[in-house]
Amino acid sequence: MIADSPSILEVRDFSIALGAQPVLRGVSFGVARGEALAIVGPNGAGKTTLLKCLAGILAGGSGEILLDGRPLSFYARKQLARRISYVPQADAQSVPFTVEQFVLMGRYPYLSPFSPIGRDDRRAADEAMARTGTSRFAQRRLDTLSGGERQKVYIAAALAQGGDVMLLDEPTTFLDYHHQEDIRLLLRRSARGSATTTISVTHDVNRAALESDRIVALRGGRVVFVGTPEAIMRPDLLAEIYGCPFVLVDHPRAGLPMIVPSSGEED
Amino acid sequence: MKRAWILAALLAAAVVVLAVAPFVGMTRIPLTALWGESDHPVLVDVLWKLRMPRVVMGFLAGAGLATAGMAFQAMFRNPLATPFTLGVASGASLGSALAFHLGLTACWLGVSGVTLCAFGGALTTIALVYGLTRSRQGFSTATMLLAGVALSFSFSSLILFLQYRSDFTQTYRMLRWVMGGLDRAVSFADVLGVLPPVAAGSLVIFYLTHELNLITTGEQLAASRGVEVDRTKKILFMAASLMVGAVVAVCGPIGFVGLMAPHICRLAVGPDHRFLAPASWLFGGLFLVVCDAAARTIMAPAELPVGILTSLLGGPFFLCLLLCTSARREVA
Repeated sequence: MIADSPSILEVRDFSIALGAQPVLRGVSFGVARGEALAIVGPNGAGKTTLLKCLAGILAGGSGEILLDGRPLSFYARKQLARRISYVPQADAQSVPFTVEQFVLMGRYPYLSPFSPIGRDDRRAADEAMARTGTSRFAQRRLDTLSGGERQKVYIAAALAQGGDVMLLDEPTTFLDYHHQEDIRLLLRRSARGSATTTISVTHDVNRAALESDRIVALRGGRVVFVGTPEAIMRPDLLAEIYGCPFVLVDHPRAGLPMIVPSSGEED
Repeated sequence: MKRAWILAALLAAAVVVLAVAPFVGMTRIPLTALWGESDHPVLVDVLWKLRMPRVVMGFLAGAGLATAGMAFQAMFRNPLATPFTLGVASGASLGSALAFHLGLTACWLGVSGVTLCAFGGALTTIALVYGLTRSRQGFSTATMLLAGVALSFSFSSLILFLQYRSDFTQTYRMLRWVMGGLDRAVSFADVLGVLPPVAAGSLVIFYLTHELNLITTGEQLAASRGVEVDRTKKILFMAASLMVGAVVAVCGPIGFVGLMAPHICRLAVGPDHRFLAPASWLFGGLFLVVCDAAARTIMAPAELPVGILTSLLGGPFFLCLLLCTSARREVA
């Protein structure tokens, strides 16, 4: 199941419960270096929890999550932050900082206490803002931005943080088509030419199929599929994952079919 | 750069206030009393034994409460979190009242039993409120305020119970102390007792300003950026409780300084704790010294406990904040 190339991240028989509720059960899969992986599944399948466990920000659970063959707990918090960045859902919670201040906070793992933010940090933040097209509102407060702009700022902060693994939670779900496309291009540009491994959570299989090298599907906290986008495009498999029937239609340009949920009027 | 100028201005203002405040009061004191030359030797004593320690104590108390309030606001991610609203001040009061009642007023290594008990009370309260707020999903303002208020009420009734059980002099002492003030005989010994905890707590908080910034953006996000969130918060809670405990043990619960000072500073220097922390420290200190100077002159020859004055200012401020923030949330 695991690809031949050496895995940068490996999940082995990982289970976790939040409160009394088991959320992930016996999850195993590997992520190859430089790969774009999508985690799909219905609401409540444990996708976001899995992503947080990969980021090392949810403690507990049994089994192992390895980064370069070593458990996440082996790394010091700052050390881990220099390798793995995490882009949460950019919800509308009130963050009083300006875009520039927020992106600069991505440099935390490189700072020491009392030390002023250095020239390298400023350069990294400026570059990240330039790459994400957020420089022009650098001095605006984060909570005055639209959802799409805010998502770009969160990605800019993750880019400033550096690291070779980027984890994204529903980066495009709540955005309009224009911003979805913006973010998609932005992620592809930042992945190209660098060895960045991206893992993104989404419930949109069509988007996941177009944008990733491989897909992991979760249902009820278990892995029900690991494989290529071509392989997941089977109505029976998708019906099992999402619990509703689908039909496949041809995408006009990509060499892949698209799925459309098919319950409804026909019945 | 603007923020650096504001800090410099605050520092200058603090120096001026500290220099002028000892001379403000019912009794006029000539400048010469500073070096002990006066027609009335008693004036030298008033200046050096009463006014000076009182002013320094006021500054330390204000600075400590304001910095603690700022840290609580960042950790609860809520502008209404303060030593007072969280019940921390009441917890510290209960601890001190207990110490008075049991006669634990002796000092060990310069730390009095009252301070230790106040610190214990403060820490217990913050642990309770934090646990209660946390146990409900998400941090809701309502849960936090209700938990704080509920604990405050329980503690107040326990303090009343202690007063009821105490003899008359103890009761008077407690009652007077609960009003919160700097007017009871504050000596340089008291100042020396409060200085180490306030200095240590403030330094810890100044040391963790990057972490405070990140925690403001969300705990999980902070963790993903490399902050040891749980450990950092424990340290911050300890530091803030230490300061509140030390101040309350000597001055009683002086309300709302921890609410107003960080807020006014946030308007001036913004949310970045690298600037906000020193600004709150300076402003909190000079604010309380000015309030105390006012409290001892407006009703002269009577001296108003400064706690009454700050609470009088703080109540409307708090309401305003509550109304303004909820209005903004509804718009968003």
